[in-house]
Amino acid sequence: MAAFTNFILVCGGTACESSKSDKIYKNLMHECESQGVRDKVQVVKTGCFGFCEQGPIIKVLPEESFYVQVTPEDAKEIVSEHIVKGREVTRLLYDKAESKKRAQIDEMDFYQKQVRVVLRNCGVINPEDINEYLGRDGYVALEKALFELKPDDIIEELKTSGLRGRGGAGFPTWMKWNFTKQVENDQKYIVCNADEGDPGAYMDRSTLEGDPHSILEAMTIAGYTVGANFGYIYIRAEYPLAINRLKIAMAQAREYGLLGDNILDTGFNFDIEIRLGAGAFVCGEETALLRSIEGERGMPTPRPPFPATKGVFDKPTVINNVETWANIPIILMKGGEWFSKIGTEDSKGTKVFALTGKIRNSGLVEVPMGTTLREIVFDIGGGIPNGKEFKAVQTGGPSGGVITKDYLDTPIDYVHLQKLGSIMGSGGMIVMDEDDCMVDVSKFYLGFTVDESCGKCAPCRVGGRTLYNILERITEGEGEMEDLERIKSIAHATQKASLCGLGQTAPNPIISTITYFEDEYKAHIKDKRCPAGHCKKLITYHILPDKCIGCGLCARRCPTNAISGEIRQLHTIDQELCIKCGECYNVCKFDAVYVR
Amino acid sequence: MKTVNIKINGEPVEVEAGITILAAAKKMNINIPTLCYHSDLPAWAACGICVVKLENSPKMMRACATPVAEGMGIITHDPELHQIRKTVIELILSTHPNDCLMCGRNQNCELQSLAANFGIREQPYEERLRDLPKDDSTPSIILNPEKCVNCGRCANVCQVLQDVWAIEFVGRGENTRIAPAADAALADSPCIKCGQCSAHCPVGAIYEKDETGKLLNAIRDENKYVAVQIAPAVRVALGEAFGYEPGEISTGKIYSALRRLGVDAVFDTNFSADLTIMEEATEFVQRLTEGSGEIPQLTSCCPAWTDYMEKYFPDMIPNFSTAKSPMMMQGAITKTYYADKIKKSPEEIYSAAIMPCTAKKYEITRCEKMYSSGEQDVDVVLTTRELARLIRSAGIDFNTLPDETADSPIGKYSGAGTIFGNTGGVMEAALRTAYNFVTGKELPEMNIEAVRGMNGVRSGEVEIEGKKIRVAVAHGMANISTVLREVQKAKEEGKEPPYHFIEVMACRGGCIAGGGQPYGTTDEVRAKRIAGLYKDDEKSEVRASHLNPEIQQIYKEFLGEPLSKKSHDLLHTKYTPRPLYQI
Repeated sequence: MAAFTNFILVCGGTACESSKSDKIYKNLMHECESQGVRDKVQVVKTGCFGFCEQGPIIKVLPEESFYVQVTPEDAKEIVSEHIVKGREVTRLLYDKAESKKRAQIDEMDFYQKQVRVVLRNCGVINPEDINEYLGRDGYVALEKALFELKPDDIIEELKTSGLRGRGGAGFPTWMKWNFTKQVENDQKYIVCNADEGDPGAYMDRSTLEGDPHSILEAMTIAGYTVGANFGYIYIRAEYPLAINRLKIAMAQAREYGLLGDNILDTGFNFDIEIRLGAGAFVCGEETALLRSIEGERGMPTPRPPFPATKGVFDKPTVINNVETWANIPIILMKGGEWFSKIGTEDSKGTKVFALTGKIRNSGLVEVPMGTTLREIVFDIGGGIPNGKEFKAVQTGGPSGGVITKDYLDTPIDYVHLQKLGSIMGSGGMIVMDEDDCMVDVSKFYLGFTVDESCGKCAPCRVGGRTLYNILERITEGEGEMEDLERIKSIAHATQKASLCGLGQTAPNPIISTITYFEDEYKAHIKDKRCPAGHCKKLITYHILPDKCIGCGLCARRCPTNAISGEIRQLHTIDQELCIKCGECYNVCKFDAVYVR
Repeated sequence: MKTVNIKINGEPVEVEAGITILAAAKKMNINIPTLCYHSDLPAWAACGICVVKLENSPKMMRACATPVAEGMGIITHDPELHQIRKTVIELILSTHPNDCLMCGRNQNCELQSLAANFGIREQPYEERLRDLPKDDSTPSIILNPEKCVNCGRCANVCQVLQDVWAIEFVGRGENTRIAPAADAALADSPCIKCGQCSAHCPVGAIYEKDETGKLLNAIRDENKYVAVQIAPAVRVALGEAFGYEPGEISTGKIYSALRRLGVDAVFDTNFSADLTIMEEATEFVQRLTEGSGEIPQLTSCCPAWTDYMEKYFPDMIPNFSTAKSPMMMQGAITKTYYADKIKKSPEEIYSAAIMPCTAKKYEITRCEKMYSSGEQDVDVVLTTRELARLIRSAGIDFNTLPDETADSPIGKYSGAGTIFGNTGGVMEAALRTAYNFVTGKELPEMNIEAVRGMNGVRSGEVEIEGKKIRVAVAHGMANISTVLREVQKAKEEGKEPPYHFIEVMACRGGCIAGGGQPYGTTDEVRAKRIAGLYKDDEKSEVRASHLNPEIQQIYKEFLGEPLSKKSHDLLHTKYTPRPLYQI
């Protein structure tokens, strides 16, 4: 077998796949074949590279050329230029401004401050080939656990590492495991919570797509540690690629004796079953998830009893989220001590964030705990596009809150986020700029939780909807000052009297935006004005006489014929007809349209 | 008993380990308000009204679902908790129609009481009612989703206590509602009409179909001779509506009240309970000694159980006693034997029954055997709750009524007839008579303790002439399947049946806690009502059905002997397998 001289890594994450990365992969294979370099090049479909803003992404080794926004048609040139002639396709390199110099990953701002622990294999290996995982020390941790460590040693290692659950609440992982380990029972279970559902968040999906074996390995280790021989991966059915890769990984692991009966000839048995969620956000709440696995309607149940002692089918159950699991093998491999050196005093390790919204470089970023928001937004994320001003970041998705300009230098960890009235959550991070109306933003999040409420408990079911309707009134200019008091009463009751995390945190976005942007609420209520110029019922579009040249473009684009005016004459907008779609504002090349 | 030391509102107290905060507070006479909680059910923890504070914790916990733990410091009431509870109640009220005056639960509604206790005088939040149609597809109960507060009691009763699974949560978020799967109509669902949902509903969202008007119309109709029977369990519960303790016997006052309402004759279902025993015990003895039918024999007096069996265990149909329920027997003989006596034709008689049960409303038309007199044998069934309303609206001062007696000759009853109203009672009554049928002697001890009590399934042996009769008693529908599976398993394995005779009642505690009984039934109430019936039995002149002189008379004058042709025509029925869903 001839040694490969080049490797082409094609991102096979969901985002890049939806931008035809599969076609790119096939074209590359075809080109290698037809240009006669098939035996010199290995084309690999990997997991997500994280830099989704610039996808589809291809990396060519050993030169580390980072090609972005590649199209299937580029395959021919990549093979003929780069592979055959050894000349980089500079027009596809990320940093075109400095195209003379190759933009390598470690030189790119997006990657410079990142530390890849969870995503260590994403974008590096072919997730559909267990050998590649093995080649990156895969299953070494399992081997170590089974042959060198006692269950108590593993728990001790986790304790040293300081790992806390990445699903949202941040409960120390070693304690969860230890509770389950200490309960006497003939049957225990291990559960992976892969029911990721926050708007804009896809950390878990990418991890599963890019490195499925790490999850299987971690769950098997947990099974050995607590005395369980069966596990469930509860994953939403909307993640077909991740599900497929998990299935492939499970089959391969079984074939290699790393999953199933008599693992590595130790006599230890552990197997895993995939359970598909039907898209209910509340099933990410652990008790609802467990009910769903059991075949019941996914509705939360009170805790205590906690899953650690009475979980799925009433048996002691360790349930962790995907990102938590992904940390386990590397902790055992490199030691808890190593892990504890990353991060801050009480938040160890890294955290993966899905950085989206009004940001230049959207994508998956993994940073050490304690990295400041400024570093994430401005250094990694490249700041706000279109010259707009940063306004706030929402962390924790619909359960979190906003962090404003004044707090950009806050280190991101469990404690600091909570102090600011937000939470870590699972890692959604949505950036907002001056055009975003904070009342509307909280309405958006509340709308999500209202839709996703399971309907079981009254504060969430009724309180959420009532809050939403109040916000809707405010954004439509029909709010009254008493509404602020109503909001506070309902929000307080909903936070305190809801049964599960979904209800308890549903009012967070609204409380947080009222705290930091009370003026904006008051402007809507008292002045019937939306300062961000966003709420349709409160804004009007106008044309500036000194800027309009009468080109007529806005009039032609207006869907309701609300704009009139002779060519080369000042145009005007008929407010009766205007539906405030903003098309005139968007198309005017002379900034003659403004919002009031 | 293991105990823990806790503090409630600063006061130290030692309580049993493992009990809930709600129960611990109650022991200290502190009432924490609740809405969704019901002592019959595992805590569902939905409404959020019972939240309490724990010292050193920012979180609030649900008192109904949180067990006490050593060292726990609990605050049950303070201004913040008051405010939160009040807000939650206001929110619930914002989705609940404001028509208390026209609601069946007016003055007897748990939500209304909460609103009153919290002094709610205005609605601070926008009203959002659910525009959903009523389901009145069954003859027994009406589901009005508009009034539903989603407490989940009905669905949990249906699933956990009854194992019927007719209703469940459908939809999510604000659209969450209680309905049969796929929004089927109740009549097309596995619903067995037991009405436990209606007995547990804290508001007026599920309730019995009110048919008081039908009885009043019949009374007004001069061409109708109105004969009313009252079921065993009614006598120990109706009084509750007039301030009596549960279990206090008010039989004579009920007869009296019915006469004041204008009915022509008052009979007692206890009489035909005795008649049922005559038929059923004979049937049992024949199966046992002559092998004339399947063993074990299953009792058939509970219509919800009958419906359940036809849907869930149709293969057990041959094991069912063919004897009709006492109510249906009473209806049949009222329109034949009694009609002859008063020289009336069956169509001139209007036969009404006061029952603790909503399924009885369904039973009266369940098959053609319910028309054995040539007319519908029972024309209307009113629940205990409906009769209480009628008595009140008629201005009758129940408490001062004289004690009257039932009409003859189908009104006298034995103590065996009266205990039909509680779990174990039918079995005990049947054994008292079966013993006599086999041995020709009376049981030396009438009280058969083995079948008494509240355990969901009870079994024991009774010796008759050296033969050990294995009996089992099950109540609360969810307890039935374990017994039946035992029977099925033995049959599959070709073994001797584990039991000879099984009594089944759909409702926990039996008819005394039926779906049509006064609201507020708990195990404590059940125990009192059962004690009431046993007391009625103890003080009866005769305590076995075959000793009831009027029973002896009807066989002599009319029926001949148990299982005679006439008995078969009037007093026995048949069963048909039914699908769970009719869609």
